[in-house]
Amino acid sequence: MATSRLRSFVQRRRARPQKDAPPVLLEHAAVPWLLCAALATTLPHVGHLSWWLSLFCGAVILARAWLWWKNGRLPSRWLLFLLVILGTAGIVLNYRTLFGRDAGVALLVLFMALKPMEMKARRDGLVLIMLGFFLLLTHYFHSQSIPTGMWLLASATLLTATLIRMHGGDQPIRHIFRYAAVLIAQSVPFMLIFFLLFPRVQGPLWGIPQDAHAGLTGLSDNMSPGSLNDLIQSGAIAFRAQFASPIPDRARLYWRGPVLDSYDGQTWRTNPLSRSRSTNKAATVETTGNTVADYTITLEPHNQRWLLALDLPITLPKDSGLWPTFETLVREPVRYRTRYTFRSSLDYAANREESQQMLQQALQLPGRLNPRTRGLASDWRRTLTTPEQISIAALRFFREEEFFYTLQPPLLGQNAIDDFLFDTRRGFCEHYASAYVVLMRAAGIPARVVTGYQGGEVNPVDGYLTVRQSDAHAWAEIWIQGRGWIRVDPTAAVAPSRIERGIGAALPAGDPLPALIRIDGEWLSGLQQLRYRWEAVNNAWNQWILGYNPERQREVLSRLGMDNPDWRAMISTMAVLAAIALSLVTCLALVRRTKLPQEQQAWLRFCGRLERFGIRRLPWEGPFDLTSRVAHERPELEQLVREAAEHYADLRYGIGQSKQLQALKNCVKQLASRRRKQV
Amino acid sequence: MRLRERLEQWLFRFGRDERLPVVLTQRRVFILPTRAGLLYGIVLCVMQVGAINYNLSLGHALVFLLAGLGFVAMVHTFRNLLGLRVMPGKADPVFAGEDAFFVIHVENTLRQPRRALELAIANNSEVSLDIPPDEHASVAIPFATTRRGRLDPGRITLASRYPLGLFRAWSYPHPPLSCLVFPKPLETPLPLPSPGLKPAGSRGLSGQEDFSGLRERQPNDSPRHIAWKAVAHDIEHRPLLVKQFDGGAAEELWLDWKMTPSASDTETRLSLLAGWIVAAEREHRRYGLNIPGRIVAPDAGPAHRNTCLEALALHGN
Repeated sequence: MATSRLRSFVQRRRARPQKDAPPVLLEHAAVPWLLCAALATTLPHVGHLSWWLSLFCGAVILARAWLWWKNGRLPSRWLLFLLVILGTAGIVLNYRTLFGRDAGVALLVLFMALKPMEMKARRDGLVLIMLGFFLLLTHYFHSQSIPTGMWLLASATLLTATLIRMHGGDQPIRHIFRYAAVLIAQSVPFMLIFFLLFPRVQGPLWGIPQDAHAGLTGLSDNMSPGSLNDLIQSGAIAFRAQFASPIPDRARLYWRGPVLDSYDGQTWRTNPLSRSRSTNKAATVETTGNTVADYTITLEPHNQRWLLALDLPITLPKDSGLWPTFETLVREPVRYRTRYTFRSSLDYAANREESQQMLQQALQLPGRLNPRTRGLASDWRRTLTTPEQISIAALRFFREEEFFYTLQPPLLGQNAIDDFLFDTRRGFCEHYASAYVVLMRAAGIPARVVTGYQGGEVNPVDGYLTVRQSDAHAWAEIWIQGRGWIRVDPTAAVAPSRIERGIGAALPAGDPLPALIRIDGEWLSGLQQLRYRWEAVNNAWNQWILGYNPERQREVLSRLGMDNPDWRAMISTMAVLAAIALSLVTCLALVRRTKLPQEQQAWLRFCGRLERFGIRRLPWEGPFDLTSRVAHERPELEQLVREAAEHYADLRYGIGQSKQLQALKNCVKQLASRRRKQV
Repeated sequence: MRLRERLEQWLFRFGRDERLPVVLTQRRVFILPTRAGLLYGIVLCVMQVGAINYNLSLGHALVFLLAGLGFVAMVHTFRNLLGLRVMPGKADPVFAGEDAFFVIHVENTLRQPRRALELAIANNSEVSLDIPPDEHASVAIPFATTRRGRLDPGRITLASRYPLGLFRAWSYPHPPLSCLVFPKPLETPLPLPSPGLKPAGSRGLSGQEDFSGLRERQPNDSPRHIAWKAVAHDIEHRPLLVKQFDGGAAEELWLDWKMTPSASDTETRLSLLAGWIVAAEREHRRYGLNIPGRIVAPDAGPAHRNTCLEALALHGN
């Protein structure tokens, strides 16, 4: 054999773990690894923790690093205990509980920062790593985006590398990371198999803490001046729609959200009575044309019970209901990105007959407010005969008087509608919708405000229609005997481009809006392309990774050819595939033996065959020693063995030719055939 | 307990390995999760419940990745031992109560390094060993001795937790190992040389008379033997010379079984003799050993010392 070098003797000696033996100590040089692991797992939480906790934890980790550098003594138990108590008390004061989701994460971060302070044994290091793995999971409470996924993959690799460092002693950092990357890479097939086939259960398994869904944005069930304003400033995605049918014109894309029919002079609210199914006429949609849209919506969680659908839905997703106000409601607030499929008819007649209660509510006005508006309405009522004419008069009023569309309206006073209609005349959809409905009601026409989204933008990369919070909109509906509820959008009268081209076009230049919503500017178009790409990737990520729920799983599995995949079939397939992956990994790990030169392989094979004749080559025996022994013990084999030995010796030690390699291989074959003949 | 032993015997196939080197084949490497591995499993379960509860799809992915990592770690821990070749080396004799060190040569025939191999015999402390690809390494495994005689330490435990510490793979290679354990020496003053106790048959030499030459003086030499005449001639202050005599009875010390108190038990008497041998060797005396069944002619030097001690160690066997 070529390279063999005798290496050093006793390297490290330590007590074997026995019942009362001291635990294996943590190497001093492994401490920075663990500190890095602690940092990597806590760092992304900094944005979500209270500043004092971040500072506290950072200081503790820094202090530990300093102690490591100075080779100082770790603090006493009492000091540590005090720190834990202090930190925990701070968390209780801050979060008012210890058991909420955020408080729990804060507590974990605290422990993660303090654990290094008492790290003496390797066991402590292991506990820290386990804690780190758990902390990785908690990052997903805040974000499950692609960058988060990448960061966590990197952190998982770091934690793995730390484990390798802890157990393998000193070796070049590069080697440690390469090995960690190999281990992670080999675990990826398992992840894919489990991800695809592990039977998904729709959470939650139990009631989750109240603070779990804080901070979700979206429409709300009331509208007061300026409430939509914040929403419109946000470029966040509200939902994406994938159309099975052609995408309707932008001007017809009215995504219906909450219907607001109760007004107190400032704020529009939903009236619970209008939603009651027992006292109202059920919502009936009559199809009057043939524009029908089939689409699937991926709704971002908004923590509300309504779904958004094109005006007006005729086929609803499972587990949802159409309320008397034509809102689609589900039983539980939408807390996760969900997909649902609708069919809507864009030409419809809605409730040609309406309950008295609903109509009464749609005429309600706060008493004695807005006298000028009432005056205008009663003028119209006197001069005009039909509700249609009154509505047209109102829209003409908006169009012909000096109204401006802006997201920065002046403040309105007590008589908000009067102020808006006759003085300020500046506002956006919520002002126009609100003023229009008040006018109609004052003129005796049942009317209500509908909020939702208008429009959307088609991503040319994947064909999804993206609707953002900035597409939030408010419009009006009036009820006319015999025709039912009719949608009227007063904003369109003032700023038609808002409806046709989106809010970016409707606003005068200089109004603040997120850059990505604006459509003007040449330099933006390249950026726009990039954004389309990125959002398409993100959407695919959302659809296939994050949105992989029980339904999606069933859909994917049946598309992959598993008919009727129930959990038993999934588990057994998963087990089989995992076993296959495990054996592949095993092969990969085990088969990489030293690749011997070809002639040596052949010679060893020859010697192996020779063993069946009762001759075992001794480890130190060279080819010719073996030949002479064979000549002695099995003379009949001598010639063949000599031939093989000569070829081998030439190839290995002399100037062998490729012919000889073939000859050597032939010898192996001959030996095998001899054996067969013998048997 | 009996059942457990039989179960272990069946499972681990204990027994001395006759064919060398001992190759750790698949059948001989065992693997189980460590405590850390179990903790890892529990943490993953809790994480999975959390991922389900909060509908964290990426959380699922993370848990699945880590589960995969567990499987992969198992394979790699197993691989860390698989195919190692173990050859026994020699073990230097020790006194009872000291640690014997059994040298083991381990050969790595893979292209990957083997790291953090832990070798131990029974409950003795373990030593750790790394072997680069395609190389040998040797390691001395300690074994606390208690009794004299030829020591067979039994099987070696060759284990590893590398890379992640979640699993521990181990094997029980049992190459022939042996070490000679001398009786624990008892420190007592050397007995006076007593010619009367010479064993029958040994040559009676009166070493005081037969002058055989001069040599440099050593600290223990009696001043009576200094070659004063030679010193007187010397003007260059060379070291003192002593006269040497052939094996005189006064120089020659017989360490005899009968000199030990007959009331003591055999082991104590052997320990006394061992102590004398050590002391005699230290004082550069020539000594012989006479115990029932074995007579070692007087001589000096480490080889002689070991012969005598070996005779004591194997007494009665």
